[in-house]
Amino acid sequence: MHPALLGIVAIVVAVGACTAYFYLSNLLIDKVIFPARGIRAGRNINRANMIRPWLFLFPALFVLSVYLAYPVVATLWLSVTRRVGGGEEWAGLANYGQMLSEPKFWESIRNNMLWLVIVPAASTAFGLLAAQLTDRIRWGNIAKSLIFMPMAISFVGASVIWKLVYDARPEGTEQIGILNAVYLFFGGDTPQHWLTLPFWNNFFLMAVLIWIQTGFAMVILSAALRGIPEETIEAAIIDGANPLQVFFRIKAPQIMGTIVVVWTTITIIVLKIFDIVFAMTNGQWETQVLANYMYDKLFRANDWGVGSASAMVIMLLVTPILVWNVRNARKEMR
Amino acid sequence: MEHIAGRKSALTWAVHISAALLVILWSLPTLGLLVSSFRTADQIATSGWWDALFPQEQTLTLRTADAQAQRQIDGQYVIEGQLFEPGQTMTISAWGTSSNDIGANKPGDSVSLRDGGTLSVGADGAYRMTSDTAFTGARGQRVFVTANVPPSFSFENYRGILFEEGNVDGIAKAFYNTLTVTIPATIIPILVAAFAAYALAWMEFPGRSLIIAAVVALLVVPLQLALIPLLRLHNEIGIGKGYIGAWLAHTGFGMPMAIYLLRNYMAGLPRDIIENARVDGATEFEIFAKIILPLSYPALASFAIFQFLWTWNDLLVAMVFLIDSSGDTTVMTKHIVELLGTRGGNWEILASSAFVSIAIPLAVFFSMQRYLVRGMLAGSVK
Repeated sequence: MHPALLGIVAIVVAVGACTAYFYLSNLLIDKVIFPARGIRAGRNINRANMIRPWLFLFPALFVLSVYLAYPVVATLWLSVTRRVGGGEEWAGLANYGQMLSEPKFWESIRNNMLWLVIVPAASTAFGLLAAQLTDRIRWGNIAKSLIFMPMAISFVGASVIWKLVYDARPEGTEQIGILNAVYLFFGGDTPQHWLTLPFWNNFFLMAVLIWIQTGFAMVILSAALRGIPEETIEAAIIDGANPLQVFFRIKAPQIMGTIVVVWTTITIIVLKIFDIVFAMTNGQWETQVLANYMYDKLFRANDWGVGSASAMVIMLLVTPILVWNVRNARKEMR
Repeated sequence: MEHIAGRKSALTWAVHISAALLVILWSLPTLGLLVSSFRTADQIATSGWWDALFPQEQTLTLRTADAQAQRQIDGQYVIEGQLFEPGQTMTISAWGTSSNDIGANKPGDSVSLRDGGTLSVGADGAYRMTSDTAFTGARGQRVFVTANVPPSFSFENYRGILFEEGNVDGIAKAFYNTLTVTIPATIIPILVAAFAAYALAWMEFPGRSLIIAAVVALLVVPLQLALIPLLRLHNEIGIGKGYIGAWLAHTGFGMPMAIYLLRNYMAGLPRDIIENARVDGATEFEIFAKIILPLSYPALASFAIFQFLWTWNDLLVAMVFLIDSSGDTTVMTKHIVELLGTRGGNWEILASSAFVSIAIPLAVFFSMQRYLVRGMLAGSVK
């Protein structure tokens, strides 16, 4: 079947099946199993109302458990087994041991830590700066749109965009990458291959993600800044605070909660970062990160054990944020 | 008071200038690729894209017509014509016939050629070559010109990758494949999530807060964990690699966000409406379908935009669950990554391909920014 046709059929079938499921299952418990009439009408209504939430929830819970909860357990299992023939054999921590002995893994950990420190900090800082600046000017909305725009661009598209920025041509010829052109203009001696400079190339990859995430930080923080009560700022100004004091002593403390949210959200994105490294350097020149290391192990080396072990490392790094989020959500519901 | 007013305006200027700098810094990379996508391979390789916006001094090597074009006028052999191709408009500032001194002559000068005869070239590229003896040789006289080339842009790159039959770098198929993945993967999760969100927002039952907590937890579970177990599962139940697998995977991975967003929104709807409907004897299904769903339209739109951008821009899920070794189901992100490998230096192909894939998300972004922002504000876990 032609894929486009298959797509339309899939939409019709899925939406139709969903609607039919919800409608018919409700009809079934209301009219057939627990009819709201006869001598047991009251009890039946109560029973139907006890079951109904689960009817509404079932498809979503099913999808969540198969596509997210089960894989966590299965990956944990794969990480402590090795493949023998068609089955699996208990391997204890052998996969983890092998992983820990690989220099590429430690390189990934080092780079991930760099990313973890720099990208959320820089994105939040730039976002805060952009929010502060654009809130004060008349063309702020246009400025916001343009800074926010990279959010819509795929990591792969962004990689192409930035590869052109970093492009290097042989010395003596016209540079077509703007970074080298600027570098030579300000007295650099030779054009640099930015993406192959060990260690520093990590920062050139990070720039891409910072470029994308700043817009997100700006939008959220700008909303938070606008939510600050005017009186607190006015009072500070009347008391003689200068703009910097107003920002750091009055505004920043009031939006601290939002800053933390932005920070953690970007942190999670950083932990899963894959596309940018995959498309721009593929982990060469010491730019490997965990997610790309894992992809290498799973699909190039076909080593499920070590691949799953490194996936568990990502999971482990995400866990503190997960716990923190859950605790906050529960607090909020009470 | 004057100096205070002065200081204030200086501060305003500083704000305007810093904001402008920030905006320029943020849009320059994209602009560079956009401009490049409208230039020819030659243009991209010989000058920076920032030069393309202004007239450029360029040195070109051109040829006059060959001996066959000569005519006899008043006993002289004459070849007349135009150095530039039709449609090219440039102004010649200097020209020459020897590669040692390419700028030897001014436009309008007349010089004698090594093989006999004289050649004059005008500023507009018109030339006239005259000789007492017949011209010979299969190729015309070589002329080096230094010309001011106006900015020139064309859709040629786009035509090549979109409409040229049999172009191995063509992106048309990948475009349709991406569309095929994206639309169902955006629509399917919405309905499933909406019912669940309603139950979590407006129904009382034991375990409700536990489920909400689980959804919040799953929100951050890296999808990297899901790759191998799910691929194995898909193979076992016979879906293998293909669109169905990709739709299911996107539905699963988008579900926590969908439920979270929709629940937060629905929980904020006025209680009175729902209780009045209940008192009036509406069933839960009716309340959901006739009241909640229409009222939740903004949240549904927010999620749809998120999911659309996410599935359109996705690379990992497509590589793992969709693209098999035949490559027939390749999506644009994967196609571009492959181009980066095989065509790393061909910026005309890369730039136009990247922009084909970026165009739709950007259009969605600019037309529906309001919903996107709203969704973002609601979706970031507080």
